[in-house]
Amino acid sequence: MFEIFGIPSQALFGQLLIGLINGSFYALLSLGLAVIFGMLNIINFSHGAQYMMGAFAAYLILQYFGLGYWPALIIAPIIVGITGIIIERLFLQWLYKLDHLYGLLLTFGLALIFEGVARNYFGSAGLPYTVPESLQGGQNLGFMFLPNYRAWVIAASLTVCIATWFVIERTRLGAYLRAATENPTLVRAFGINVSRMITLTYGFGVALAAFAGVMAAPIYNVSPQMGSELIIVVFAVVVIGGMGSILGAIVTGFGLGVIEGLTKVFFPEASNTVIFVIMAIVLLVRPAGLFGRRG
Amino acid sequence: MERVVESPAKKPSALRTQSETIAFVVMVAALVIAPFFTYPLFLMQAMCFALFACAFNLLIGYVGLLSFGHALYFGWASYLSAHSAKVWGLSPELAILTGTATAAICGLIAGSLAIRRQGIYFAMITLALAQMMYFFALQAKFTGGEDGIQGVPRGNLFGLIDLRNEMTMYAVVLAIFLCGFMFIYRIIHSPFGEVLKAIRENEPRAISLGYKTDRYKLAAFVLSATLAGVAGATKAIVLQLASLTDVNWPMSGEVVLMTLVGGLGTIFGPLVGAFVILLMQFKLAPIGEWVLVIQGSIFVACVLLFRRGIIGELANKLRVRL
Repeated sequence: MFEIFGIPSQALFGQLLIGLINGSFYALLSLGLAVIFGMLNIINFSHGAQYMMGAFAAYLILQYFGLGYWPALIIAPIIVGITGIIIERLFLQWLYKLDHLYGLLLTFGLALIFEGVARNYFGSAGLPYTVPESLQGGQNLGFMFLPNYRAWVIAASLTVCIATWFVIERTRLGAYLRAATENPTLVRAFGINVSRMITLTYGFGVALAAFAGVMAAPIYNVSPQMGSELIIVVFAVVVIGGMGSILGAIVTGFGLGVIEGLTKVFFPEASNTVIFVIMAIVLLVRPAGLFGRRG
Repeated sequence: MERVVESPAKKPSALRTQSETIAFVVMVAALVIAPFFTYPLFLMQAMCFALFACAFNLLIGYVGLLSFGHALYFGWASYLSAHSAKVWGLSPELAILTGTATAAICGLIAGSLAIRRQGIYFAMITLALAQMMYFFALQAKFTGGEDGIQGVPRGNLFGLIDLRNEMTMYAVVLAIFLCGFMFIYRIIHSPFGEVLKAIRENEPRAISLGYKTDRYKLAAFVLSATLAGVAGATKAIVLQLASLTDVNWPMSGEVVLMTLVGGLGTIFGPLVGAFVILLMQFKLAPIGEWVLVIQGSIFVACVLLFRRGIIGELANKLRVRL
């Protein structure tokens, strides 16, 4: 046990760890927002609600089918992703020719619906979801205690983020995606089904949110409002990072999580607001965002 | 690309100005006789929200800027108005002015940050800044946290007129609402308002014509925030309460909903929308959380099917401007 700047190392590294965990979720969610925005030109306000749906899907899969965390980690994103595909076909596809703002308003409405339904059936109080047996316990690293589950969350989300970056920036499929983002008409002329690509992109982005939701379930309680509070912070993260760059979204997400964690140690009163303050500063200094290419 | 607000295709006819005048007379008449038929408290609350929605509409409808954080100005004006009336013992008109000034200052700061980005980012920035101020309200001592500021005295207007009388209060709120409404009408039809509409239609072109569009946008933002502040400050005196609900993000969503339902970019739409949504909440209060689901469904339905809103559709049917 030793001290850094008068703070016990245990507390400092503990908060740093929580910061990294929060950062994982910021990164996963802002990544999903960026991918969706790139293809659909829609800011998916229901992203937070879909994260919440992922957590509830995991909870229900356990309650009704007796399937634990690991199956849920695969099944829940697929289910929520399919609902995303249905949403895109039913609602979003009619909005692409309209002003961007309509997409925001429609997905905001969807978020209200999802949250309202969840509150009606499950109440506002959180429901517990236990850490899977294989990840219980933790490692004593000497300077701090590292719970296995938290280490897994950070590793898993990093892996998923980097895999997503790799697919989009380094594969043929990703090249199609990026081309369709730049000029859908031209890509269509090459015989690629852009509409289907858009639908699947939305499904994938939503599935990412649900994946984050399942991972969050054992850390935070499963509750209807878990998404709406998070999504506003993620919006600030997106404004700071800019949505032009996938890697930028990942770096910004983790970085801001860590800064938030450190703020909790040194100036706890500001821990809720620090990300918004950083956003204001970034807007003053670099209005286009840290990694932004266009306004 | 279809814009948020459609620009009028035809030249304005003589009927255009008439239709607005007729609608205005009908509105005033309805608001004057309404308290004799229904609860004055409900009507006063509805007028506060109507003014709030009109102020919000000034931005989205006439400059094309979607602020998703208007609860900030409404809520903080409400807090300062309540605090100054209760703790500092200011008379109601000064309390409302204090609240309004607070909103104007917040609007100046938030606006000058938000106008640095366009479109979708503008909406996200305003929402994030509002959330920041929500957390301040949650932590600050004077706001009373979860309890809010309760039992705000209505006091005597100008030290003379006792506002505890429901009808007197109603007359004051009606006067404030009408002043705000006519002020917004004047802004929209002024040369300044024409520049705002030009920015909405084509900002690069407005810039190329030599307009400093950032200044116009900021001015419109501050005006909108200030008028939202008038609404919030008045609401605190009327309901004798300022609480976290007024400053939290669902309130920002609600004012968007009211304006969308009534009709973006219409003069009377926000008023109608505010009454419709409040009436719905009032009638549906017993079914609890389902209200959220219904509000969400209205959002979806409006965006997909009735983008013009109630008044917009009506005006389109009758081929007039409202």
